[in-house]
Amino acid sequence: MTPLLSVRALRKSYGALRVTDDVSLDVAAGELHAVIGPNGAGKTTLIHQLSGSLRSDSGTVHLAGEDITALPMVARVRRGLARSFQITSILDGFSVLENVALAVQARSGSSFRFFRPAATETRLNAEAMDALGRVGLADRAARRAGSLSHGEKRQLELAVALATKARLLLLDEPLAGTGPEESAILVGLMRELKSTHTIVLIEHDMEAVFALADRMSVLVYGRVIASGAPAAVRSDPAVRAAYLGEEEAA
Amino acid sequence: MSTLVARMAAAPPRRRAILPGAALAGLALAALAALPVAADAAGLPFLVVIATRMMIFGLAALSLDLVLGYGAMVSFGHAAFIGLGAYAVGILDAHGIRDLAVQAPVAALVCALFALVTGAISLRTRGVYFIMITLAFGQMAYFFMVSLAAYGGDDGLPLAGRSTLFGMRLIEGDPALFYAVLAVLAVALLGLRRVVASRFGRVLRGSRDNAVRMQAIGVSPLPYRLTAYVIAGAIAGLAGVLLANQAEFVSPAYMSWQRSGELIVMVVLGGMGTLIGPVMGAAALIALEEVLAHYSDHWRLGLGLMLVAVVLLSRGGLAGLAAKLGRRA
Repeated sequence: MTPLLSVRALRKSYGALRVTDDVSLDVAAGELHAVIGPNGAGKTTLIHQLSGSLRSDSGTVHLAGEDITALPMVARVRRGLARSFQITSILDGFSVLENVALAVQARSGSSFRFFRPAATETRLNAEAMDALGRVGLADRAARRAGSLSHGEKRQLELAVALATKARLLLLDEPLAGTGPEESAILVGLMRELKSTHTIVLIEHDMEAVFALADRMSVLVYGRVIASGAPAAVRSDPAVRAAYLGEEEAA
Repeated sequence: MSTLVARMAAAPPRRRAILPGAALAGLALAALAALPVAADAAGLPFLVVIATRMMIFGLAALSLDLVLGYGAMVSFGHAAFIGLGAYAVGILDAHGIRDLAVQAPVAALVCALFALVTGAISLRTRGVYFIMITLAFGQMAYFFMVSLAAYGGDDGLPLAGRSTLFGMRLIEGDPALFYAVLAVLAVALLGLRRVVASRFGRVLRGSRDNAVRMQAIGVSPLPYRLTAYVIAGAIAGLAGVLLANQAEFVSPAYMSWQRSGELIVMVVLGGMGTLIGPVMGAAALIALEEVLAHYSDHWRLGLGLMLVAVVLLSRGGLAGLAAKLGRRA
């Protein structure tokens, strides 16, 4: 069976610095694949390359067998690849519901409609409410998005990604900057999303990664030094030397 | 049940506080409609002329607000559309075509086309570069008209008379023109209010706030920004049609970069992204011009001070100030 996401020999350099160096990985449909690595390992660059906001120097990216290497972000989203941002990126001035309804609108029907008030489109709002319900923000729907707590904003990001009806979610450090309680909510949420979505999770929080991942890849200086089931990766000597050991020592 | 909740949740939460109710709008409209009669009774017919001018520039500022306030595109060449609209009237008039049924569509079409071409190029840039490139296109249009000797060049072009509508001389008198302008402004204001709340407007506002977010949900902002630019250009062109008719004269001065700057001042003074604000801003600016110019040739100094005060004291401009006062009352 073709993997949902297949990355082959992906490279990206800034001058002499190889930020992504010959990265290959496969993500099967239905699995949660975590990408971990120390700071500066090139995780966010990889997400940018996968989501299409950054062009790769060489290598290929296939989504469900289709070569999407040359496609810009907008076209990749339309093929079912959605991302969340490490630094929260929502529309602060919009209501929580409108943030999500906009994502629903983007994939259902033309947005070149000029007269009907979008806020009264019950179908958009109903689908948006579904997504908000899944991330546990239904009771916040009418609030201004900018007034949400940090953790709630991260939940809203997930709701927006869900609303795009993505097949594959690229989550860029969804736990960044969250406290322990918010973290627990988000981890529970991702466990729930796992049942319906294929996920590539970039995350710093090791506890969360080992709790969630079906498979994982370890990125160090732009290279994948190990890939496989969490237990195997955890005991890999190269990984222990490069990364986990450093954590334990800290 | 859930759809009802969704409906309520989706209503923009602060709308009701900022915008006066339908009653207030109706009251304002009634007061305006009574103005020509009142001015005539008071022996101050020039008030009608000034009010007409306010509304014409209000229409232009309103259109700029779609671009500037809702699209975050600081266009510094918006007066070019007023000028092109005015010249559409002037040039057609010079060839004996005096009916609005032809002039207005031609003006709107020419402006839409100019906006489409210049916008497609300008919108590849953002920020200061966008300001510069729209300024450059505006100046190109200006100098083109200056050099167009066949239609008056620098001296401008007098009209044979005011336009007709379907052969009828409907806007011959100043009060009649006043009502015509009021009607156009009211329709444009109501129309754009719907546009900014529509799906299109939502994408435009979202792109203003966070373009990367829009791409991440699969929407490329460019076509929407360009469409807004074209709509705004066409509406400003209609303002030009009205301006030409009021003055019975068209001149390259309508499209100078100072005019474009004044339009931006009107929008900022009135309150960006409020639609009604820029109309108020236009009225305020022209009123100040009329009043202050009485006292001193250096009236712009006073205007500058007032502008600084409004921008510092109320970020939301006059519309924001009005809302604040309304809430206190």
